[in-house]
Amino acid sequence: MFVKQISVFMENRAGRLEEITGILAENQINIRALALADTSDFGILRLIVDSPDRAAAILRKAEFTVRENEVIATEIEDRPGGLHDILTLFSKAGISIEYMYAFLERKHDDRAVMIIRVEAAAKAVKILQDAGKHLLTAAETYTL
Amino acid sequence: MTPHRIWNSEFETMPRDRLRALQLERLQTVVRTAHEKVPFYRDLFKRGGIAPADIRSLDDIRKLPFTTKADLQSGYPYGFFAVPMKDVVRIHSSSGTTGRPTVVGYTRGDIDRWAELIARLLTAGGVTSEDVVQIAFGYGLFTGGFGLHYGAERVGAAVIPVSSGNTQRQIMVMRDFGSTALVCTPSYALYLAEAIAEKGIARSELALRTGLFGAEPWSENMRREIESRLRISATDNYGLSEVMGPGVSMECACKSGMHVSEDHFIAEIIDPDTGEALPPGRSGELVLTTLTKEAIPVVRYRTRDITSLMEEPCACGRTFVRMTKPSGRTDDMLIIRGVNVFPSQIETVLMEMEETEPHYRLIVTREGALDDLEVQVEVNEKFFSDEMRVMRAIEDKIGAGIRSALGVTARVKLVEPRTIERSEGKAKRVQDLRKPQ
Repeated sequence: MFVKQISVFMENRAGRLEEITGILAENQINIRALALADTSDFGILRLIVDSPDRAAAILRKAEFTVRENEVIATEIEDRPGGLHDILTLFSKAGISIEYMYAFLERKHDDRAVMIIRVEAAAKAVKILQDAGKHLLTAAETYTL
Repeated sequence: MTPHRIWNSEFETMPRDRLRALQLERLQTVVRTAHEKVPFYRDLFKRGGIAPADIRSLDDIRKLPFTTKADLQSGYPYGFFAVPMKDVVRIHSSSGTTGRPTVVGYTRGDIDRWAELIARLLTAGGVTSEDVVQIAFGYGLFTGGFGLHYGAERVGAAVIPVSSGNTQRQIMVMRDFGSTALVCTPSYALYLAEAIAEKGIARSELALRTGLFGAEPWSENMRREIESRLRISATDNYGLSEVMGPGVSMECACKSGMHVSEDHFIAEIIDPDTGEALPPGRSGELVLTTLTKEAIPVVRYRTRDITSLMEEPCACGRTFVRMTKPSGRTDDMLIIRGVNVFPSQIETVLMEMEETEPHYRLIVTREGALDDLEVQVEVNEKFFSDEMRVMRAIEDKIGAGIRSALGVTARVKLVEPRTIERSEGKAKRVQDLRKPQ
């Protein structure tokens, strides 16, 4: 139901993101999706990768501060209003979204995948399932 | 509770009236010697209109002029020596980071008394002849290494003169040689604790039970942190090379202020702005007069350390006055938008928050007429979150803590772990980038 996301603390300085992508590349870890939240001083890099546990361990070894947590990955239709439908469901249920980001599926060119972080995760999952939305499993997400 | 061990009961528990008589006798000798042998003091006393014969009571010390760091620097290298070089057996020197170094000499008698004072310090910190003492202070011109070394030998402990630096070797020595006592700066002790944990060394592999830390100011919170991480008892000690080196004062097992070895030093507290003597309990600048130093007698030396004196009797039985942990140095003190700020206060704020570790750096800049204080704090996995909201809340919490403790607003900047230098000697925590006025 949930997929694992890893977050990395990053100071905003030149070349820092590249160091992370370099470490992942060296270790044959594929980035499936990524989002960066930042202030003028630091950023939080959020990653969905094909082997999250290994990626977290490798980044920790390289002295990065890493956090692992679970997020929801749900398919949405790649059409006007596709995202809006889901947000309406959440809004009606009073669920607020911490953040979200999207990537496109390789297999279906009419679908996108939204990564969603909410506080009330279990409730959010139920609402999506009741509405017939397809939630991606970890395996599906990492190997898409 | 085990009875308090005291190295030299005759002096350390001497009744106050006898102690004061001894101090007066020694003070009169020191003033006479300084006047006779050191041209600087002869001129200084003359300008102050005072002669050695004017010192008839201990309170008369207040008639004597102060000696400052700049005075000692002006005598570089040997201007303050009161004995010919044939009587000097050791020379140490300050680092000279704040100008010209001050060079200090010791006669054989000075070295002997120094070892005595360090033996008192180590005994007060629980060290006995059974102990294996790892001295991770630098051996060299710095007084820390050699100072502690001879005192530890005097106690009869097995001394490992590993000196400072090379953390991996420190840990190897600590484990393999079975060190029971550690001597270094508090910031290095914390660093060692971190490195030990990182190496995955189990506490059961170490025999360490006590730590004697000095050479930089540290807070009560830092003591708790060191004690819980290394699982040892940690005591503070104080000294400065200008008057001898470590061994001027030290904590006993009560850990409630540092006893000044008053048979060898007179401690006074003054208002740093006016030079007026302050009563016991009031916080001000510590002024020290050496009573037994032969090579370099020092009269009313302004240490620039901010502390206060406690005259109440101590449970350990020592009659020597206690000084509180210095809250900072007058020359470490930053004036930010008119407010006095000591780096140690910021350390206290960080130690009191459960999320943060005491690794910080202060950067002071000036934009036009306005000072800007940036406090850099290392992030760690205890509080790192994928949610920006949570990270912002931590920054705000640190900022609020600093504002309420210090009365200044600081910009808090979270930085990556291990980006703030862990100094192996005195921690460098302040960068003042304001242009001199």
